[in-house]
Amino acid sequence: MFPELNNLLNITPDKVEQGKLTLLCDAKTDGSFLVHHFLSFFLKAKCKVCFVALVQSFSHYNIVGQKLGVSLTTAWERGQLVFLEALKTSLDIFFQTPAGPHPLQFLREASARNLQPLYAFVQEALKPEDGGEATWRHPVLLVDDLSVLLSLGVRAVAVLDFIHYCRATVCTELKGNLVALVHDSGDAADEENDLLVSGLSHQSHLILRAEGLATGFCKDVHGQASPSRVIGVRAACVHSHMWIQNTGLADSTQVHRKKAKGNTQKYCHGFSLGDFSFILLGYFAFMFL
Amino acid sequence: MAAAATCGAGAGSPGSVAAAVDRSSATSFQRKGPRAGGADGGGPRLVSIAGTRPSVRNGQLLVSTGLPALDQLLGGGLAVGTVLLIEEDKYNIYSPLLFKYFLAEGIVSGHTLLVASAREHPAGILQELPAPLLDDSYEKEFDEDGCNHKTPDSSMKMKIAWRYQLLPKMEAGPVSSSRFGHYYDTSKKIPQELLRTAKWHGFFLPERISPPLTVEPCHLTHGYMKLLEFIKKIVSEEGVDGSHPQKKTKNILRIGIQSLGSPLWGDDACCAEACDDSHSLTKFLYVLRGLVRASLSACLVTVPAHLIQNKAITARVTSLSDTVVGLESFVGSERETNPLYKDYHGLIHIRQIPRLNNLICDESDVKDLAFKLKRKLFTIETGL
Repeated sequence: MFPELNNLLNITPDKVEQGKLTLLCDAKTDGSFLVHHFLSFFLKAKCKVCFVALVQSFSHYNIVGQKLGVSLTTAWERGQLVFLEALKTSLDIFFQTPAGPHPLQFLREASARNLQPLYAFVQEALKPEDGGEATWRHPVLLVDDLSVLLSLGVRAVAVLDFIHYCRATVCTELKGNLVALVHDSGDAADEENDLLVSGLSHQSHLILRAEGLATGFCKDVHGQASPSRVIGVRAACVHSHMWIQNTGLADSTQVHRKKAKGNTQKYCHGFSLGDFSFILLGYFAFMFL
Repeated sequence: MAAAATCGAGAGSPGSVAAAVDRSSATSFQRKGPRAGGADGGGPRLVSIAGTRPSVRNGQLLVSTGLPALDQLLGGGLAVGTVLLIEEDKYNIYSPLLFKYFLAEGIVSGHTLLVASAREHPAGILQELPAPLLDDSYEKEFDEDGCNHKTPDSSMKMKIAWRYQLLPKMEAGPVSSSRFGHYYDTSKKIPQELLRTAKWHGFFLPERISPPLTVEPCHLTHGYMKLLEFIKKIVSEEGVDGSHPQKKTKNILRIGIQSLGSPLWGDDACCAEACDDSHSLTKFLYVLRGLVRASLSACLVTVPAHLIQNKAITARVTSLSDTVVGLESFVGSERETNPLYKDYHGLIHIRQIPRLNNLICDESDVKDLAFKLKRKLFTIETGL
């Protein structure tokens, strides 16, 4: 996990906010580093994590996780992590008829009307343990990523419904957190995706947006909305430094993080994000329905 | 739940190629060498597969695309377990060439091939592959007069290593070249001896389609469904998904699919904007990604992206592939007569490079890349 990001969001593994839906958005760049951050953060915070990994294999997350200081294999063995490796399990359901309901049932349908089996899987994975003390803190659902569901024939409305149900269970009922990644292409080419992004933005408490810059570091200040709860922050990652500039209510703080090559504990090996900027868009203190 | 159990079993897989020999499942992203934080006893047992090398950045196993210039731009080569998507140029002149380089590289390195096409029979495609330049004096052959390798210069060079003069200069028989990335002569066809020793499987769509065409269970185009089943069958037959742990020699399966998404595959993504099978192509790519990730294979797919009417599909296809390279040839365009581009045949756009087992990728700083094709060399140059 990245300490600067934690400082910015004012969270530590010991003090985690509960009941929040965080939306991760990426535009013209790869926002998966945010997923790796939150995965390692919540595992370190001793939360029970259900990770629906739709686009990459387990070993990919494991290897990056090791660079960030967590071992997914250990977490899985201890029961802290429930991992749905969709790339692998999709082969089982695709080539033969499943015996019972399967979380990836939508792959077999022409246009899946709902993601009910997937929701049932999440519910089962994160249900509180019966009897006695809980080994882990509040549950967390992490999804990487939601845009690929549209490519697989699921309608945007069905994905929105799925997130709504998960939010009701995970955030409200179980007082946990939900973190999901979507791709935002920006141009109006993919209407279903735009529908999904706007619908999710409306429901989220926190939106973290990673944008690709054409030429590197940009000194513009992002225009901030006026409500007093909004903290505008702009972070740009230029090659080996991560600048975080708080342009909102607090004083302007700039944090540099040097590239730490040999240190594989906290920072990733050779972490150099090229040119992309990372904007924290508004901290909506929403009371959702 | 069953899903949790199956992914649990997969999660136990180790992180080194060597250890995959004695475990039942092999995921493709494996480091060569000791595992970081490894509970595995006994030191690194490097099982080296012909025609591959580990990436210098993260130990990822790489194969050559057949074009050393492209390998360099992709960070050393194509990662095993990933899909390389080539967006075809407008008149489909250069993309078949890249397709052939990929297959020829597989034959020279001794890999198994799976060739799928809806237009040409795979046996015909293999006959047309370019001949590899294997003898060591290939540097001299780059100038167009093509000097004979028996010139006195070469014999003078051998003065110090005189023993090696006695060895034959050109390998005519079956080759197991240990070099990574070869050059090819497009004016010559691949020698028949090489083809005979090559192991390949072909998928020619007109032969595989069996009428009547009923609605497929997963609502994928019939052609795509058949191709996926074929790929799965070959992957498990060849044992590249680790299903034969007793097999000591491991090999890479190179999958080449030509013109995916074109109407010849039965997909109407290129014909209409709001098509009925709008998810066929993307579902196919997703399942292909799953198949390739779970095995020691590398896949090259060419797609006529400029024909796809619905731009949303183009964007989704890009995000479902790992590496995406676009070709833009100057043929027939106004750039053909532009003096800036007079030495070149077209532009290459590296649209996407994967971040595998890593938070960063080897993205090159230079975005203006142009290619030119000479008889024996396909170069990619920068900075127009």
